Amino acid sequence: MAKVTIDGVEIEVEDGSTILQAARKIGGHVVPPAMCYYGPLKGSGGKCRVCLVKVTQGSTKDPRPMPKLVASCITQVQDGMVVENSTNENVLTARKGIVEMLLINHPLDCPVCDQAGECNLQDLSFEHGVSATRYEEERRTFNKVDLGPYIQLHMTRCILCYRCVYTADQIAGKRVHGVLGRGDTAEIGTYIENVVDQDFSGNVIDVCPVGALTDKTFRFKNRVWFTKPLDAHRNCPTCSGKVSLWTRGNQVLRVTARKDKYNEVEEFICNTCRFDKKEMSDWTIEGPRHIDRGSVISANHYELPVVNVPIVPNLPKSIRTSLQKN
Amino acid sequence: MGIKILTEHINVLGIEKLEVYRKHGGYRSVEKALKTMTPEEVVEEVKTAGLRGRGGAGFPAGMKWSFLAKPEGVPRYLVCNADESEPGTFKDRYFMERTPHSLIEGMITSSYALGANTSYIYIRGELMFILRILEKAIAEAYAAGLLGKNILGSGYDLDLHVHPGGGAYICGEETALLESLEGKRGNPRNKPPFPAVKGLFASPTVVNNVETISSVPWIVNNTGAEYAKIGVGRSTGTKMISASGNINNPGVYEIELGVPVEEFIYSDEYCGGIWKGRELKAVVPGGSSVPILPKELILKTAAGEHRLMSYESLSEGGFVTGSMMGSGAFIVFDEEQCIVRNTWNYARFYHHESCGQCSPCREGTGWMEKVLHRIEHGHGHQQDIDLLVSVAKQIEGNTICPLGDAAAWPVAAAIRHFRDEFEWHIRYPKEATAQGAVYRGQLTTVEV
Amino acid sequence: MAETTNEVKFSDAAMADIQRYVSHYPEGWQKSAILPVLHIAQAEFGGWVSPEVMDKVAELLNITPIEVYEVATFYTMFNLKPVGRHVLEVCRTGPCCLRGADQMIETLKQKLNITEGETTADGMFTLKTVECLASCGTGPMLQVREKYYENLDSEERVDAFLEMMRQSEVETPFHKAIYQHKAQGL
Repeated sequence: MAKVTIDGVEIEVEDGSTILQAARKIGGHVVPPAMCYYGPLKGSGGKCRVCLVKVTQGSTKDPRPMPKLVASCITQVQDGMVVENSTNENVLTARKGIVEMLLINHPLDCPVCDQAGECNLQDLSFEHGVSATRYEEERRTFNKVDLGPYIQLHMTRCILCYRCVYTADQIAGKRVHGVLGRGDTAEIGTYIENVVDQDFSGNVIDVCPVGALTDKTFRFKNRVWFTKPLDAHRNCPTCSGKVSLWTRGNQVLRVTARKDKYNEVEEFICNTCRFDKKEMSDWTIEGPRHIDRGSVISANHYELPVVNVPIVPNLPKSIRTSLQKN
Repeated sequence: MGIKILTEHINVLGIEKLEVYRKHGGYRSVEKALKTMTPEEVVEEVKTAGLRGRGGAGFPAGMKWSFLAKPEGVPRYLVCNADESEPGTFKDRYFMERTPHSLIEGMITSSYALGANTSYIYIRGELMFILRILEKAIAEAYAAGLLGKNILGSGYDLDLHVHPGGGAYICGEETALLESLEGKRGNPRNKPPFPAVKGLFASPTVVNNVETISSVPWIVNNTGAEYAKIGVGRSTGTKMISASGNINNPGVYEIELGVPVEEFIYSDEYCGGIWKGRELKAVVPGGSSVPILPKELILKTAAGEHRLMSYESLSEGGFVTGSMMGSGAFIVFDEEQCIVRNTWNYARFYHHESCGQCSPCREGTGWMEKVLHRIEHGHGHQQDIDLLVSVAKQIEGNTICPLGDAAAWPVAAAIRHFRDEFEWHIRYPKEATAQGAVYRGQLTTVEV
Repeated sequence: MAETTNEVKFSDAAMADIQRYVSHYPEGWQKSAILPVLHIAQAEFGGWVSPEVMDKVAELLNITPIEVYEVATFYTMFNLKPVGRHVLEVCRTGPCCLRGADQMIETLKQKLNITEGETTADGMFTLKTVECLASCGTGPMLQVREKYYENLDSEERVDAFLEMMRQSEVETPFHKAIYQHKAQGL
């Protein structure tokens, strides 16, 4: 075990844990954001740089500070390590700079983006970005591409986190898409028009932090914040069958894997569950899905009727919590 | 003329042939090391020599070697970095082209020291004609029993292969090079683990520059202590300098570290002065990524002392008034050259070469290039200069590999020392974009 | 040839060279040979690599096609579209520009009546600008296949160079290399 202090909070974690994992164990404002790291995917992380933190003491044995900011998602903790995240001015400045970089080539088409409301980049820019842009050059654009009948690739929105590539390698089986080209003209693609249709390929939609990979069966059906998430399951021969249904009335608009507050899926699901089972009768409903994230849907008001609390839309969380306690 | 360690026989006719190379003392270090020294003794000599990595970072080679992990039953690799791509650098190309056996001798002796039984020379793909030269020389070495099984009856085995790159500056970064050697995109790896622990084919690996490896035979033959006597201070030995730009005698010069910069530029033994009878304007002393210095600061340090061609002297004054030795690529600018245009050119280079893996470098290099392109072509705004400084700062130190720094430094340094030239471009776009227009105002150092 | 039929077949000489490269890497790491094999393929199939050629490379190395596409699109030496008989890879980086690369590129554009990335109507030349080729002391310069042409610092030299290229045959260097190795008993 290693004892590590992050923003003044001490915690003991397993040897080999990363700073980010330790921070998530503490929770709250000490947790650095992460756009490319994805717990369930081996080898992910280190690329987006938004999780940079300052290590002011390397370890008890070697207390020297690390000279540069380090990516907390891939840096392992040492016993006696002291880390600064939200308490360090340099970290916050660097992070602001990196958010700006991520946004200069990102289209600001949130009003028509299916990811709006549950977009990691939206949340990140809300928390760490600045309101005005200094970028006046032309933005990089690509045409939309269909990766088969179910998945649409909107490359213009991609931030090259590589999560979908790792997913295809580790979850979906034979990979037919990848990162092509290099630098800021690099793109996710299949090179020749290949269809991405392995049993688990739909998971690339769930891991995508932005609206680059979207579910064509849900496209423009509704805004996520109008839909009601329910936990449900079915007896599936391919996957665990444990999913979240995104519903409106009696309609199942979308099926996704269940995700935690860091947007990481609990169990990857198969394409049959995701794309073909769109009837309430396909599923055993377990109850409302609690969404605990910083985005609009975490306002979570649709959960209230289920627990039988008066409907008060957009009530601040603190009041809601006290209401629920009562 | 100073002592020549690497290039002593480079002009001998037929030196690329094994027979001729041996006649001039070639492969002596292999005999000496394999037959009379333990690997540890060779490492010790290199440490004593104080030999510093010649690729650009200047890290002590012996120390790098001693970090190599040696777990039982796991192969170790030595990889020679011949991906010479830093603008201004052409020493390794010249050296390998002329005297391929020098590198092969260094590879054998160094591989022995590290306990590697398979080694690779990763050469940039554009230099395919040198790959052919090296492969031919390697075949000769195999035939002479200098490579393969039981070299010279010592019981030591070594296979040596040459591997071509495919056109990517980033593969000069050691972990990107290893990725590329494994047949992948040249995306630098996150560190740790360092190559010394987990490098090529998931095994402990040392990556060294051509010049570093080629210096080892002399050290083995003449001892590290002798090597350490050459040069000045912690800059021991000789260094091959690629001199280019507006000088009378561009080319590769092997110098004893410590030659005054002024002598290097103006002496006929080296650059031979500025071409066409013009005046010196500035120098980039270590390859395109190191800070550019105006005439006053390259000839003398801010403290008024003569600047020398050594690691310490070139970096005297830090980045405020100094620069770096880098890869020893000495790029000279005459008074007719436009710093803004050159800075844009460098920015375009780094934009083109960014692998695109991490966001600050991927996005930031393109941003800087576009802004500099605008300024150069008469569409700049006054706030662009501060914007460039700020974007450079946002990249520097925040990336996976040093390419981000390498892209940020030249922009920041050009503005630091030639801010008035940038301002002139922005304020007088019509004059600045006219054919052959060059800023001729007072060149001053502007505090940033 | 790949662009006329869908069958991609390497010559025996090229296959031998491919096998030689594959043998350089340890068991299980045959993917390492991808860059040398792509170079061989490009020399073999008219100076560019088509999707069919890349698929063949994947088959030879027992990897998926996307792994080849990812690599071939990352490295700038591989042409992904058909090219002219001679691809002029012209250095456009700083040190060469100090010695007149900009003017040389302009001259080439005018003489060939094309711009970067284009091929002349007669299919003779493709003009491609590239970054530093480690020839800064002898700039301005350019590369055609495996040869460097240096010190092209005047219109006369550019003219002479173009004339020479018009007369020259296309060599397939990989084959020449194999014959040399065979002669040495490798």
